[in-house]
Amino acid sequence: MPGVALRGIQKSFGATAVLRDVTLVAEEGEFLAILGPSGCGKSTLLRILAGLETADAGEVLIGDRRVDSLPPKARDLAMVFQSYALYPYMTVGQNVALPLEMRRLSAWQRVPVLGRMISGAARRAIAADVAAVAAPLGLTPLLARKPAQLSGGQRQRVALARAMVRNPVAFLMDEPLSNLDARLRGEARAEIVALTRRLGVTALYVTHDQGEAMAMADRVAVMQGGRVLQHAAPQELYDEPASLEVARFVGSPPMNALAGHIGEDGAVVVSDARLPWHSTARGAVMLGVRPEGWVPAADGIPVVLERIEHLGAETLCHMAGGAVLRLSPEASRGLAVGQGLRLAVNRAVLFGPDGARLPLAAARREPAFG
Amino acid sequence: MANPHRAEAIAGTLLALPAFILMWLMLLGPAVAVGLLSLTDWNFGEPRIGFAGLENYQELWDDRVFWISLRNTVIYVGVSVPATVLLGLLAAIAIEGAGRGRGFYRAAYFLPVASTLLAMALVWEFMFHPSVGFVNQVFRGLGLPTADWLQNPDTALFALAAIGVWQNLGLAMVLFMAGLKAIPPDLYEALAMDGADGAWERFRRVTWPMLGPALVFVVAITAIRSFQVFDTVQVLTEGGPSKSTEVLLFTMVQQGFTFLRSAYGAAITMVFLVLTLAITLAQTTILDRRAHYG
Repeated sequence: MPGVALRGIQKSFGATAVLRDVTLVAEEGEFLAILGPSGCGKSTLLRILAGLETADAGEVLIGDRRVDSLPPKARDLAMVFQSYALYPYMTVGQNVALPLEMRRLSAWQRVPVLGRMISGAARRAIAADVAAVAAPLGLTPLLARKPAQLSGGQRQRVALARAMVRNPVAFLMDEPLSNLDARLRGEARAEIVALTRRLGVTALYVTHDQGEAMAMADRVAVMQGGRVLQHAAPQELYDEPASLEVARFVGSPPMNALAGHIGEDGAVVVSDARLPWHSTARGAVMLGVRPEGWVPAADGIPVVLERIEHLGAETLCHMAGGAVLRLSPEASRGLAVGQGLRLAVNRAVLFGPDGARLPLAAARREPAFG
Repeated sequence: MANPHRAEAIAGTLLALPAFILMWLMLLGPAVAVGLLSLTDWNFGEPRIGFAGLENYQELWDDRVFWISLRNTVIYVGVSVPATVLLGLLAAIAIEGAGRGRGFYRAAYFLPVASTLLAMALVWEFMFHPSVGFVNQVFRGLGLPTADWLQNPDTALFALAAIGVWQNLGLAMVLFMAGLKAIPPDLYEALAMDGADGAWERFRRVTWPMLGPALVFVVAITAIRSFQVFDTVQVLTEGGPSKSTEVLLFTMVQQGFTFLRSAYGAAITMVFLVLTLAITLAQTTILDRRAHYG
């Protein structure tokens, strides 16, 4: 059963098409990251799912129910905003309690002073639920504080608590970690994943940070220019990118794209070097090689080493022309800037001039560790 | 060799000096002068000036007209400030919600603030005219009782308050609009996700609390402006009928400038200054205490 589904969604703001026929399904309990550069339409997509924005065309489904025309509150989704959007004049406890008050109390029971007198039991139950959500997030001592008195990480946890307190069908998160510093971001990543796993709730997570998407999600949908380019598990996205655009967006440093061509015999030729790789395609191609997908060898693609970055656990060697080679510190010993090298390709994918994937096969098996 | 800290302190003092002198000369000086004047027995034009202690204040305390004047001023402020704030808020929300013509409405409402009330008073005099006036025609049309609004002691002060509301409405509205613009739209969206999307809930849960700082400021500024009511009184009622529109500044002008009792006028001015200062202090205190949402 699908957790949530968007089918054939189109959306334009004025003359600008933001979403062009987007279809995306998150299975129940799945953690789906929507990854793309800013302006790719990922936030708009999330807001259409939430009901904060209306699509020009297409269907929005939650479970098996069409919700296109329902207001946000009838969709039973919860959202964590980039800014957290906490109510600044309410305490942490009041912030977290509001979604429950809106759902469980009648309009009369919500009347400011008088309402309290006729809703004692319901309010006690709400307070108990708020306490239960606050405790594992470490918010118990902060319940009486105002958001302005909290650190960024604490505010982020309050936003999470407010979203999860009423057990929504799905969690929507719009860049929830982008306002945190790097160290907190790492912690919060793990915390969010653990939370959604524990609750077994469907989660849609919008981000521009490919590391975040890869680390957290069961599957990642890569978006660009209002389209979903590929929707796959993180490892598959990395190993088998569907297009050059995906290959360049996923991975850090990004995949090397080497211009080459395929001769009449089907062999891949890059910089006049015939590589032991074959394709059924012909003509101009781009050979995509991850930074760790090639090694210095006696024969291969000729390059000149321009710059070396020693990062501790690994060394990045930047070639003239922009290609990058990732080596272990041991393997990089003895390399010097300005030196000419030849690189043999261990793993690669092939793209046509339009960026679409082409078939590629190794001509002969090379031992993985030469 | 001069101590660098000392040199810096001297330079700092020198740089602050012009502003310091100007502040005393233009702002604090006159207030102190009025305060000192109120302790004398000086009448304008007289060559003799003597120290009178608190005699002027003693006279004020025993002056029936002063108490009527103070009472009228407080009623005027008490009527016009809530009305201005409420109508200004409604106008701001309505205009902010309007798609088109926002600029036009904003300018139209702000017109009375920018225009000379003295000139507009002519129009108001006509509006309140007992027989041909627009107000009575409307009241008659609706079957409501009519009155000679500006000449009836029971209604004159409220008619003036209505003009005051008309005049300050635009200012309140512009300030509220600025406050509305500063509310992050995220909050309304979070509220919609949390299950509240009706107009009343939106107003009560986000708009109203987020307007807190703007509200305090609007109340303070309209209160101060209302305490300053003078021109309409001078032009339309001259404090009458039977002192029913006698207000603080009118009394002060009469004593200080018409009767040339400068020292007595200064004492009334001091009362006025204290009231204004109290409002300003209350405003800053409240803002400091509750408006830091961060």
